[in-house]
Amino acid sequence: MAVTRNGRVRAAALATGAGLLLTACGGAKVGEVQTGASSAASGQGGCGTVNLAINPWVGYEANAAVIAHVAEKQLGCTVVKKDLKEEVAWQGFGTGEVDAIVENWAHDDLKKKYIDEQKVAVNAGPTGNKGVIGWYVAPWMAKKYPDITDWKNLNKYASLFKTSESDGKGQLLDGDPSFVTNDGALVKNLKLDYKVVYAGSETALITAFRQSEKQQKPVLGYFYEPQWFLSELRLVKVNLPAWTEGCDADPEKVACDYPPYELDKIVSKKFADSGSPAYTLVKNFTWTNDDQNLVAKYIAEDKMKPEEAAAKWVADNPDKVKAWLPAG
Amino acid sequence: MAAVNVVAARVAARLPARRYLVLAVVVTWVVGWAVLRGRDTLQLGEAELSPLHASLGEGMDAVDAGRNSNPFFLYFINYVRLFLDEAVTFVQALISQPSFGRPVPLLGWLGVVGLATAAAFLYGNRRVALLTAAGFLSFGVLGLWQESMDTLALTLTAVVLSLAVGIPLGVWAGLSDRFHRLVTPVLDFMQTMPTFVYLAPLTLFFLIGPASATVATMIYAIPPAIRITAHGIRQVSPETLEASTSLGVTRAQALRHVRLPMAKQTIIVGVNQTIMAALSMATIAALIDAPGLGKTVLKALQTLDVGTAFNAGLAIVIMAVVLDRATSAASRRVEDERRAGRRRTARGRRLEVAGVLGVAAVLGYLSYTYVWAAEFPAQANLGFAVRGAADAASLWVQDSLVTYTDAVKNGLTNGLLNPFEALLTGSPWWLVAAAAVAVALLVGSVRAALVTTAGLLVLVLLGLWQDSMVTLASTLVATILVMVLGVIVGVWMGRSDRADTLLRPVLDAGQTMPAFVYLVPILGLFGPTRFTAIIAAVVFAAPIAIKLVAEGIRRVSATTVEAATSAGASTWQLISKVQLPMARSAVTLAASQGLIYVLSMVVVGGLVGAGALGYDVVAGFSQHQLRGKGLAAGLAIVVLGIVLDRVMRAATERADAAAHGALHGGLHDR
Repeated sequence: MAVTRNGRVRAAALATGAGLLLTACGGAKVGEVQTGASSAASGQGGCGTVNLAINPWVGYEANAAVIAHVAEKQLGCTVVKKDLKEEVAWQGFGTGEVDAIVENWAHDDLKKKYIDEQKVAVNAGPTGNKGVIGWYVAPWMAKKYPDITDWKNLNKYASLFKTSESDGKGQLLDGDPSFVTNDGALVKNLKLDYKVVYAGSETALITAFRQSEKQQKPVLGYFYEPQWFLSELRLVKVNLPAWTEGCDADPEKVACDYPPYELDKIVSKKFADSGSPAYTLVKNFTWTNDDQNLVAKYIAEDKMKPEEAAAKWVADNPDKVKAWLPAG
Repeated sequence: MAAVNVVAARVAARLPARRYLVLAVVVTWVVGWAVLRGRDTLQLGEAELSPLHASLGEGMDAVDAGRNSNPFFLYFINYVRLFLDEAVTFVQALISQPSFGRPVPLLGWLGVVGLATAAAFLYGNRRVALLTAAGFLSFGVLGLWQESMDTLALTLTAVVLSLAVGIPLGVWAGLSDRFHRLVTPVLDFMQTMPTFVYLAPLTLFFLIGPASATVATMIYAIPPAIRITAHGIRQVSPETLEASTSLGVTRAQALRHVRLPMAKQTIIVGVNQTIMAALSMATIAALIDAPGLGKTVLKALQTLDVGTAFNAGLAIVIMAVVLDRATSAASRRVEDERRAGRRRTARGRRLEVAGVLGVAAVLGYLSYTYVWAAEFPAQANLGFAVRGAADAASLWVQDSLVTYTDAVKNGLTNGLLNPFEALLTGSPWWLVAAAAVAVALLVGSVRAALVTTAGLLVLVLLGLWQDSMVTLASTLVATILVMVLGVIVGVWMGRSDRADTLLRPVLDAGQTMPAFVYLVPILGLFGPTRFTAIIAAVVFAAPIAIKLVAEGIRRVSATTVEAATSAGASTWQLISKVQLPMARSAVTLAASQGLIYVLSMVVVGGLVGAGALGYDVVAGFSQHQLRGKGLAAGLAIVVLGIVLDRVMRAATERADAAAHGALHGGLHDR
């Protein structure tokens, strides 16, 4: 009786049979076709595996993609990319899980801890990219109020920047939490009639600037370059009192612009001592802001995969790439 | 009409004089604020550290330094890590990653779909089996098969391990009051401590990789398993137990044959909640290299690519809905079988199982052997359409609604949020504390007042009083909005089945769509402001409040509603004088749950302009020198959560007691 009640079972048996039939004429088998590409490159040249940290911004991704591409295709390394925030990536030097960070913004405290004290990381020289941090406005504002780019005129325009968050003062939009900021002290020491409002993420800053341009809504905010967004909207920097050596020594009393940043590469001690050709590649790697912006644009605006973007750039710039490769 | 009046009178009788006392407290507070404004407000700048924050940071450094020499690490943590890594990698090898020398995983898409559908059919019913098949196929159609399987692998491993730990502990907590009291604050802590705070330290213990991601997920997913299991065990009626004891059953036997079978349905609800909690960690775990859909969302966010983020978020929502419906169906099936008391003949069931598993095995074999069944066909990828549509929708919303949203934002910020925040942050801390303790005493209980006192003192000691008050102001405003929505939409949903079918998927999406997906459009609408953070919190928290209110409305007995209707009550009277008052305990529960959900969005709020505690946590995660402060901010959020929860709970108990007292005659039936 159970069988008659379960027509379902019969159907299942039928399906099983049909499935077995299908297997007899089912098309290409796994492992038959895809044998070509996989094993060709890896393991040659004594390179082995390289663990690249991928910090979460597009410029970094551009550096890493190009280095990974060259390491894999020209040196025969196996590159493992790990998506990590900066601090976690630095910790990876100590635990042996990260070999290289390929765009580092200062981070003096982390340098002190991991390079000087724990001695698990070493500096592998500049990337060639110059980092700039400062206050920016959207281009339409710079056009409409040309003198706004001088900090001395900021108080004149403070009322333009009033928002629901700024207690009746002008709003200075701050706070990508990954970046160090002196803006609280700057506002106080330059006697500006502004309140620092913490946006809290790069997403928030970019969206604010985008809307500023589109809706002609005044926004003054903290930003930085190189950054892919600047090729979509060329923000204009507001000039603060020029930076001089030591003017920002005391974070409470700072009243000058941010210093220029030489972005650099950090590698684990183990990796540096390994004699891997990939280390030589990372050490030799330098390029310009324009180079990075181009690859970043491929990724962010043309929506190319990082690997494709890197392949395209490497194909277009063989001479630059050659200079990074180990001699011989 | 008379019946309505009777009910109304009873409700009015319940309005206690306490309400006026609360009012008096608030008035005193406002007067105090006006007089003492700006004194003892305990302000601390965003980049400033208190000595406690500095030493917390140093403490974390010390743990970091001791890692390699400490035997605890060498002999315990390392083995746990190895085990977890192996477990996740094994499941990935089965369904998501190339493995065993093959270019594809062991089971291809056809096998996974077959197996999942079979499981849904055997434990649930035909409808969920269909839903499961459609849901799993849609992962491939969205072009995210492998990412989805990675997420599924991590989630399932974390869930299985959470249940392996959580159910035994839950049974223990169900049997022992002492253990229950001991474990409850620990669970509160695990659920309210923002993940950002322990994510970075976790990678020190468990290294970068699947183990850390699994542990992070488990910390959040174990509490519901323990809580709900304990609840199920406790629910078993004392009469039943007494009956079994009088039959000479031992404690162990009673557990095995009485308590566990009767708690089975509740335990499956616990499984369901554990799965949901685990899935909600998918995006955050991606910050430490957890594989899967979360990575896609975060990568897309770097270039503000709303379409791609939405596409991946949609896959997460679908996965959540499928798993939710399947486990719910399984729980209902258990209950139905228990109630009916009869099962289909064992033979019939066995044949059914064999047949279904046979089909699944064949599909699995096909997907093991043939490329077409292993790799999801690329032609079926419709992800680009979803991405394009989401992009267009996001752009349209940002461009065309922004003129109205600005007015709404400014109105609510200036009218409600700013005055409230000024009151909380501008008053001396001791005045705020005194008012809060008095309110806790009046609406809750003595115990709640004691918890409040202790909690507020801890906030002062943590050096984050001012930030805590800013966060509290936003939290309470968000909760008010959640409750406004919860009552309006919940009543509608509770009264109309059509509204229920229509709204439920929307609510599910609101609860499970990762907030990162909709940050860009709401930022475009409201800018980086506290209000944006409030909106994000409302999107996440309103669904649970709505569902709970609807549930309460539906539970009001049909006879009562009929009686009121035949007495000539209008729809409005029916809702306001009968249904809502009788669903009062559900409404209070909705408020307390809504509040906890709002609080869990504080950190996301920090990403969109809320500042205060949320920003402190995010900055602590990103900047080495601020991590001590980030930890303190995390603790402050936990404290706020525990205080608010205890006060709300005490208030709920009081409301329940009052409702039972007032409705004792006639109308009270269930």
